[in-house]
Amino acid sequence: MTTSWFSSPDDAATRLRAAGYLTDDATALTAYLAGALEKPLLVEGPAGVGKTELAKAVARAAGAELVRLQCYEGLDEARALYEWNYKKQLLRIQASGGEDSWSETHDDIFTEEFLLTRPLLSAIRRDEPTVLLIDEVDKTDVEVEGLLLEVLSDFQVTIPELGTVSATRRPFVVLTSNASRELSEAVKRRCLFLHLGYPDAERERAIVTSQVPGLDDKVAAQLVDVVVRLRELELKKAPSIAESIDWARTLIALQIGDLDEATVARTLGVILKHASDQRRAIKELKLAVS
Amino acid sequence: MTLLHTHIGFVEALRSAGLSVSLAEGLDAIGALEKVRWHDRETVRAAYAATLVKRQPQRVTFDAVFDIYFPRLIGSGVAGEDAADDDGVPDTGAQLERFREALAEALASGDQQALQDLAVEAVARFGAMPGRGPGLSSWSAYTSLQRVSPAELMDRLVQGMLSGGLDAEQAQRAAGRRIGDFTRLVEGDARRRIAEEKGPEHVTDVTVRPTIDRLDFTAARRSDLEEMRREIYPLARRLAARLTKEQHAQRRGPLDVRRTVRASIATGGVPLTTHHRPRRPHRTDLVVLCDVSGSVANFAQFTLMLVFALREAFSGVRAFTFVDDVVEVSDTFRPGTDVVEVMESLAASISHAALWGRTNYGRALTRFAEQHADAIGPRSSLLVLGDARSNYSDLALPVLSDLAGRARHAWWLNPEHPRHWGTGDSAADSYGEIVPMGECRNLAQLGEFVHEIV
Repeated sequence: MTTSWFSSPDDAATRLRAAGYLTDDATALTAYLAGALEKPLLVEGPAGVGKTELAKAVARAAGAELVRLQCYEGLDEARALYEWNYKKQLLRIQASGGEDSWSETHDDIFTEEFLLTRPLLSAIRRDEPTVLLIDEVDKTDVEVEGLLLEVLSDFQVTIPELGTVSATRRPFVVLTSNASRELSEAVKRRCLFLHLGYPDAERERAIVTSQVPGLDDKVAAQLVDVVVRLRELELKKAPSIAESIDWARTLIALQIGDLDEATVARTLGVILKHASDQRRAIKELKLAVS
Repeated sequence: MTLLHTHIGFVEALRSAGLSVSLAEGLDAIGALEKVRWHDRETVRAAYAATLVKRQPQRVTFDAVFDIYFPRLIGSGVAGEDAADDDGVPDTGAQLERFREALAEALASGDQQALQDLAVEAVARFGAMPGRGPGLSSWSAYTSLQRVSPAELMDRLVQGMLSGGLDAEQAQRAAGRRIGDFTRLVEGDARRRIAEEKGPEHVTDVTVRPTIDRLDFTAARRSDLEEMRREIYPLARRLAARLTKEQHAQRRGPLDVRRTVRASIATGGVPLTTHHRPRRPHRTDLVVLCDVSGSVANFAQFTLMLVFALREAFSGVRAFTFVDDVVEVSDTFRPGTDVVEVMESLAASISHAALWGRTNYGRALTRFAEQHADAIGPRSSLLVLGDARSNYSDLALPVLSDLAGRARHAWWLNPEHPRHWGTGDSAADSYGEIVPMGECRNLAQLGEFVHEIV
């Protein structure tokens, strides 16, 4: 219980770096605080800036297991928290052949054996260090947020038949959101907030070279330069870090040693996914179209 | 002032600046501060930000308030004091010459620390306004920027970068960005000094601007407008997500007996689950009529962009712009067109919409009724955008009431505060009697309204 996740913000930065995740100061500090204060961490930002990756990196850095709850519309208690294994309960009743009394059967079928734990409950019941990732929490319905409240504030789950299950060891909770919907104040109040944006050119270059080994330094610099310029344009979807990395991989696969204008124009589809964005980029960067 | 006072004052200031900081969050902040070391100002900032700011648009406001309550340095700092009075008068021609030389160098090298020091010196040396009465600000970012005029260094900076191997356009952009950064540093430093003299509460009331989605269209600067334009697509996406979710929630229409009975066969004839016919989504045919004269052009453009970004939610959208004549601009918004191009062609259409160049609602409405009478039918909804300032001309009220009567719904969005309606040449009250008029001054209100009509 007393073991903390990171001993200091610097420690968080070094260990996340060792796990392959390059942080900036604010990210490292917030990750450290989330561990030290034992509060959930809400990470918000555009798609592809490494929100989910942060949770995975924390798990790798701390040697913890990652429990993931992917949110979607229509997610409910039975798939987020726990469910009774009806089929097994039915089998149990039929197997006893009506010899047991009702109260015995009742006590028997509502036990651990017949409980199917879903991500939230299993994260809470684990004794080993656990990172609980609640991904794309903005995709769920408002009711699920209410469900999360109990889990996030007290780290306990109430099962009517079994009583309240409290966490023996609080998991490191990371919630990610694309901000497609405002989360309720109640959820936000319980979380630390971190906004991940696009990194500056230097950090992005470091990320790309660390993720794509074998990329020439010169090409990496050119690539990041183009991406940074693209983000300044008014685009429907600006290229994210994930797309820069994809682009770097593309260049490796095509064995391109120099990122000239023609190459940029040919491979633009990797980073820009709207036709109008591509046209705008060609116009603004004055690319020669072959 | 003790640390606790500063903390409480800071939280209070954030609340009055529009951030909803709860008591629990304030306690979290203190808990977080206990866990970090305070040797670095940025650490304290990040700890506060993680616990108090829960929406990214509020970050700008937070940073401004933080800089006032936790200033970078006091007075001119240690380095500033010995440089200040070498010949009694801080602001001399020779000093200005030397200062601009140093500034040009710092801008060329992009040295952040040097720029920050120079900004402090700029305010100390050229921005002081001694001898003004009590209650008036004694430091002025405006005066120091006028005196130093960093924009004049632009050419030199660009030349330097060109020889450094950048192409002309890149150099221009980089130079502009650095000078803009320096301007912001000077403004920040002037705020800091004023806060030091008058107390931070005074300054936050005056200088902290609202977040971008609560900023008035009419009070927006150019840089704000660009930022707002970037907000349009995310806003449209958020609205679209909310709409699909709401439509799904009320998707259950009347009971589908056939499917229910068929499904009940699997459960031995007991209809355990009922099946329903999907409800047909209702879609509006929207006709937008917008005033694009100088005073409200921005507002009209934002609304049009948002409406067209949500095109799928309507069965059809037609847009007309007017000043004193009417022109149709629906074609500008083809699917997949580029935002910048749309804005350019909209700007070009303004010249067509103006015959004499003075806003005339009466004439515009009459022309619309004559030329595009077919646009309004019993299934379409009419949306008028404008401030209803018609230069005291004829209002053509019967024409509008005829149009509104033919349409299924009619709304009027006014970018002015309701207290200005009906003042001067505003005919908001007269028009408001015919068509329900709503206030729409910022992106948040605009989003709410568009969501409602869909």
